Amino acid sequence: MGMGVEFRNQMAKRAAEEIQNGMVVNLGIGIPSLVPNHLSKEKMVMFHAENGITGMGPSPAKGAEDENLCNAGGFPVTLNSGGSYCDSAVAFGMIRRGRVDITILGSLQVSQYGDLANWIVPGKKVPGMGGAMELAQKAKKVIVVMNHCDKHGVPKIVPSCTLPLTSARCVNLVVTDLAVFKVSEEGLLLTELFAPFSLENVVNKTGCKFKIAETVRHIPY
Amino acid sequence: MENSFGKITTLEAVMEFFHDGLTLMFGGFGGVGSPPTLIEGILEKGIQDLTLIGNDTGFPHIGIGKLVSRGLAKKVIASHIGSNPIAGQLMHDGRLEVEFSPQGILAERIRAGGVGLPAILSDIGMDNEMVSKNKPLMAIDGKNYLVETALTAEVSIVYAKKADVYGNLIYDKSARNTNPLVAMAGDITIAEVEEIVPMGSLEPEEIITPGVFVDYVIPSMGVNWKWAWE
Repeated sequence: MGMGVEFRNQMAKRAAEEIQNGMVVNLGIGIPSLVPNHLSKEKMVMFHAENGITGMGPSPAKGAEDENLCNAGGFPVTLNSGGSYCDSAVAFGMIRRGRVDITILGSLQVSQYGDLANWIVPGKKVPGMGGAMELAQKAKKVIVVMNHCDKHGVPKIVPSCTLPLTSARCVNLVVTDLAVFKVSEEGLLLTELFAPFSLENVVNKTGCKFKIAETVRHIPY
Repeated sequence: MENSFGKITTLEAVMEFFHDGLTLMFGGFGGVGSPPTLIEGILEKGIQDLTLIGNDTGFPHIGIGKLVSRGLAKKVIASHIGSNPIAGQLMHDGRLEVEFSPQGILAERIRAGGVGLPAILSDIGMDNEMVSKNKPLMAIDGKNYLVETALTAEVSIVYAKKADVYGNLIYDKSARNTNPLVAMAGDITIAEVEEIVPMGSLEPEEIITPGVFVDYVIPSMGVNWKWAWE
């Protein structure tokens, strides 16, 4: 992506603000996986993995990996105190039943009404939806963390998605390297700007119209 | 050790159940919790035209991916093949049929098959043609749902930490994943286990898969692949 680690951390830090004490949270790969690094230690959060872990902890030290304790991406993790294991059906039962408070995931495109397209990469093979549809459709809150534009500078926030949808009208919050938007039935509302970007920068790099909150929070770099 | 139920056996003995054209269900998630010794046995015997049912196609050299990469499968029912580019290539070339199912719905279809139900109703992916195509709808209280058919297989293979002589199983951490579901859905279920223990040595409250669902138990020779993170 070529995006600086500072921007990635800034976005992860902003997404972490959404997480409240006691929540059950599922994180996608990429920038979302940085979110736990930005959570205050006082917050007790149960991280959920589709393969059947509740209470997932950080990666183990090199040499301390357990091949039978991995996240949904197949990489070694640990289990926090109070954590548990279950089978995949139960793990998805938690999602469909509305017990997962927040899912934070990356995306290829998000429409102005919160349609999510994050499972088919154009021009590449079809990898399959994995658990993305259930998470997008059933998590209580869906937060997308992504670059504002793709590597060719094309806006990823669009009037309507041109890529196949993962799920329609499911995204609640979009955090990009430039700004933060709330999504509602009326469309997008810009609530925050990351320094050093201006409103004009965001307008120029967004594929659709959006409203601007009365008070825009400026998040310092 | 006693073998009063005749379930404890060897890889050589269970190989008779594997034949060309077999519908085979496998436990595991990204290769974690897939039975390495059974997969190696199938590979060595060169069983072909398999229909594979499981969460994903592993990695090219990990888990069920080893069979897929060798071109031994004609069809896969899975939620994800992205970690195995060879599977993607075979699909692209028309040499592998792939039926995608959303991950949790796939798990429930397997579970349904395992508990003797013909189908489940689902609202996942209804607005996505890849999911909804050719599936009947059913209305409950005025809302439409997709009818997702149950899945069973001629043979199910699972990986567990311990089995007793009756085939009661306990698993190891996240290697449990789809294994308890897959164990129920096979006409014949074969468990490959790290340790076989005498009757009475598993804590009854801790048994995850009752031996009722398990026909044969073989000892595992352990994982013989290198993990992606190694």
